[in-house]
Amino acid sequence: MLSTRHIIDVEDLTLEDLMQILDTAESFKEVNERRIKKLPTLRGRTIVNLFLEPSTRTRTSFEIAAKRLSADGINFAASASATVKGESLVDTAETLSAMACDLVIVRHKYAGSPRMLAEHMDAHIINGGDGMHQHPTQALLDLFTMRERLGHLEGLTVGIVGDIAHSRVAGSLVPALRMVGARPIVIGPPTLMPARPDILGAEVSYTLDDVLPELDVAYMLRIQMERAEGQPFPSVREYSRLWGMNEARLSAMKPDAIVMHPGPMNRGVEISSAVADSPRAVVLDQVNAGVAVRMAAMYLLLGGDASGAAA
Amino acid sequence: MALLLRGGRVVDPSIGLDEVCDVLVKDGLIAEVGKDLSASGATVVECAEKIVMPGLVDVHTHLREPGYEYKEDVESGTRAAAHGGFTAICAMPNTDPVCDEGSAVRFLVERAAERGKVRVYPIGALTVGLQGESIAEMGDMLAEGAVAFSDDGRGVQDSGTMRRVMDYARTFDATVVCHCEDEALVGKGVVNEGVVSTRLGLTGWPFAGEDVAVARDIAIAELTGCRLHLAHVSTAGSIQAVREAKARGVAVTCEVTPHHLFLDEDALTPFYDTNFKMNPPLRTVADRAALVAGLTDGTVDAIATDHAPHAAHEKALEFELAPFGTTGLETALPLVITNLVATDVLSWSDVARLMAAGPRAALNLPPVTLAEGSVADITVIDPEARVEVTPAFFESKSGNSAFLGATLLGKASEVLVGGTLALRNGKVV
Repeated sequence: MLSTRHIIDVEDLTLEDLMQILDTAESFKEVNERRIKKLPTLRGRTIVNLFLEPSTRTRTSFEIAAKRLSADGINFAASASATVKGESLVDTAETLSAMACDLVIVRHKYAGSPRMLAEHMDAHIINGGDGMHQHPTQALLDLFTMRERLGHLEGLTVGIVGDIAHSRVAGSLVPALRMVGARPIVIGPPTLMPARPDILGAEVSYTLDDVLPELDVAYMLRIQMERAEGQPFPSVREYSRLWGMNEARLSAMKPDAIVMHPGPMNRGVEISSAVADSPRAVVLDQVNAGVAVRMAAMYLLLGGDASGAAA
Repeated sequence: MALLLRGGRVVDPSIGLDEVCDVLVKDGLIAEVGKDLSASGATVVECAEKIVMPGLVDVHTHLREPGYEYKEDVESGTRAAAHGGFTAICAMPNTDPVCDEGSAVRFLVERAAERGKVRVYPIGALTVGLQGESIAEMGDMLAEGAVAFSDDGRGVQDSGTMRRVMDYARTFDATVVCHCEDEALVGKGVVNEGVVSTRLGLTGWPFAGEDVAVARDIAIAELTGCRLHLAHVSTAGSIQAVREAKARGVAVTCEVTPHHLFLDEDALTPFYDTNFKMNPPLRTVADRAALVAGLTDGTVDAIATDHAPHAAHEKALEFELAPFGTTGLETALPLVITNLVATDVLSWSDVARLMAAGPRAALNLPPVTLAEGSVADITVIDPEARVEVTPAFFESKSGNSAFLGATLLGKASEVLVGGTLALRNGKVV
């Protein structure tokens, strides 16, 4: 059981909730390594993937997670939904509520929309990414991966590099890192910074090289040209030279430091191919953890406890 | 018919009046002001413990008619105005069709004459279709009753166009009312850029987007000599710019809204309540303090509502999709009394200056005083009346108030427009 009905902002979780999700995900990760990857725990529960913005990776991860827990998972995608025909989000919420769904995973390009859904339906809500705001399960799977590779979370220095302003990944990861006692540093030019990164609890560095030797984790964000207003940096070439992860930078980091990326990667922009394919890049571990962490979040939100996860 | 306002505290700083006395109204005019007046056959309105002042004016109302009658129309909007204590309102031109030519002004004047509870002064568009390109037919609109010109809702982006607009307005000594927003800086901003834009993941609308436009428009007013009125000033920088411009003699006036005075960006966290989405956005605590300082030192000329009604289904959208604006006509006076008069920041004379004389002077409207012979546009205020801001409280068609749920103390009990009661015992007549 979690102390919250919804996971909309990562701050909805207490530290205890957060650690419970990570610990429960450990058990589910073991299930995911079996030949028969299915548990009966959420049989009869209905989970809706309400994806109002195109997504393949995250939606698939949630979908697999729901199936492995034997829930009935329904995809309500933007292209197939009424929302493109002009139905309001409130009406969509009330419609889904009338169908007695237990849990709704929502992704939408508008910040705050999961909060709206929660106000208009009885189901539990997991925010699968809302605009530039938050993407809490991404932060949870990132913490899971850090703990798995580095053995602990407290005291880690994590540099998050790139388009912080438009990144919902950073929006959740920064406060999550603060909760577990890690030290987040957001790195990038001021054109890619939110107005007040300090209030999220992050230190700020405009250069990568200055802080590189301190980092236990270099977390490279995808450069989202489609979200940028105007021209936030002169060229991809200059961006890559100043803020891209490459072998020279990797060798300037601590020997056991790791490189993370939420995907999809722009090889040659924020991360070189050599680094992406190196054993110190844990990108696929993150994807793998994603299924287990989402299973844990669904399971615990729908009332499961830690003992049932081991079944 | 005659009407006697008996025993109120009669306040009109424009003629140095502040004393308990009676006001006798006859044939639409103030017949006599003095102690122990009597008039046979006059309707008596007991005003003991009440404040009697020149009729309040809102220089910034969106009446929505024609085109958006589902949000508001002349009848409902002027009922809301009377309910809020206003005897006159200035209607912004962003209707459909836009009020950018004489016939559109005439429509509004005629509609107000038929259905209006209070006086309606049309503000015509500065540019055709509010497009910021071609100067609208100001002369024609003035002839039909327009009082000023504005592209409110959008700033005129091109400085050369603004210069020509202001130059042309000088032909008529007309006031240009500016919505100060530099779109290149504001972009798709929906909340103040800073703490709340960062926390909520919403695009920021930086103070500089207003300050730059205010500075530009003051400079162009200085260049052209045009009368400039700045709508809904929301930043400390704007207030300082106006203060300095006035000190060097520029013909500039400005207004602030109750929502910028009494709310700040923190209202938005964490629920993304679209009733707090306005343009310009709610700013910081420091900006609020600067606006209040502007009220007391004379930098600010008017408190104006920017009454912006929207239907419930329009506001019940994702924050970034919902329209900007809050209603304001019915809460402005109660908010000012509760937050500024009851706390001794403003006197009743200040209220008369900021909500009656100041707005009239800013837009060059016909003066109204409580002197004998003046037109009897009068607001009577009950400072002890309790206001629960609930949907049922509103005469407006729309309930998108940023102050829903508030309990306020003090509201208008009577409103006289040309000697006729539009509000009696707090109820629209």
